[in-house]
Amino acid sequence: MGFEKYMFYLFSCTLIFSAVRVITARNSVHAVLFLVLTFFTSAALWLLIEAEFLAITMVLVYVGAVMVLFLFVVMMLDINVITRGGLIKYLPVGSAVATVIVIEMMLVVTGSGYFNSAKYRFIPHTTDYSNAEELGSILYTFYVYPFEIASIILLVAIIAAISLTLRRRLDTKSQNLNQQIQFSKSNRVQLIKLAAEREPS
Amino acid sequence: MIALTDYLMLGVILFCIGMAGIFLNRKNVITMLMSIELILLSVNFNFIAFSRFLNDSVGQVFVFFILTVAAAESAIGLAILVVLFRQRRTINVTDFNTLKG
Repeated sequence: MGFEKYMFYLFSCTLIFSAVRVITARNSVHAVLFLVLTFFTSAALWLLIEAEFLAITMVLVYVGAVMVLFLFVVMMLDINVITRGGLIKYLPVGSAVATVIVIEMMLVVTGSGYFNSAKYRFIPHTTDYSNAEELGSILYTFYVYPFEIASIILLVAIIAAISLTLRRRLDTKSQNLNQQIQFSKSNRVQLIKLAAEREPS
Repeated sequence: MIALTDYLMLGVILFCIGMAGIFLNRKNVITMLMSIELILLSVNFNFIAFSRFLNDSVGQVFVFFILTVAAAESAIGLAILVVLFRQRRTINVTDFNTLKG
């Protein structure tokens, strides 16, 4: 058992522990912070099998943006203690179903030995290999249209999130740009002919 | 050497934790959203493991798309949550029973 295997089990234990804490934490802020730990640990696990680009993306995009958004919303909603109805009620059924699924999948995955066959072999990359370069060369050639659809999905998400949460206040004063632009000189300026006050000398 | 089955089992365990999270936290929308994130993460684990062990990088491209869609989903979900909280002053799922006959 090499060094990598020890690291794998260390990271796996951290991952499973933090994932369990995500669903059992009483405080929502703690749950979000444990979810951050989960994502970070999974990025480390992806680094172990040389998926560098996705590991960095995970840390930058997920931990940096999405989890901060989660944290922001949880803190903004200001929920101190969540009512945890149903945890005791559904605990036996939920954990039983989860355990059965894990055991079944363990039998399928490890029992048959199919996934240990020579077809699935881990070939380490050489030092001059660039994961980002290879992913980019695939993404921008064969998967250009899915890439553009992904950008549209992000645009839709931006517009949806903004339009859902935008609150129009009635008590604030703001400029009506449309009205401002459409004014012409004749609407505003009025020229009046005045009689001279005294005779020009 | 790390085997493919190790990564597959890790994905299965993560999936089950996420699913149990949806079962157990029936009243908390935020925890349900986080459970969905866990489930998507387990899918990503499977994609990356198979991609590396079959030596085919297309699986990692799919993980990229899954990350995009998951980010969009959580952003919209949180926006809906904020609107709900503004309207009802609560995020308890059992209080959202306006459509109940």
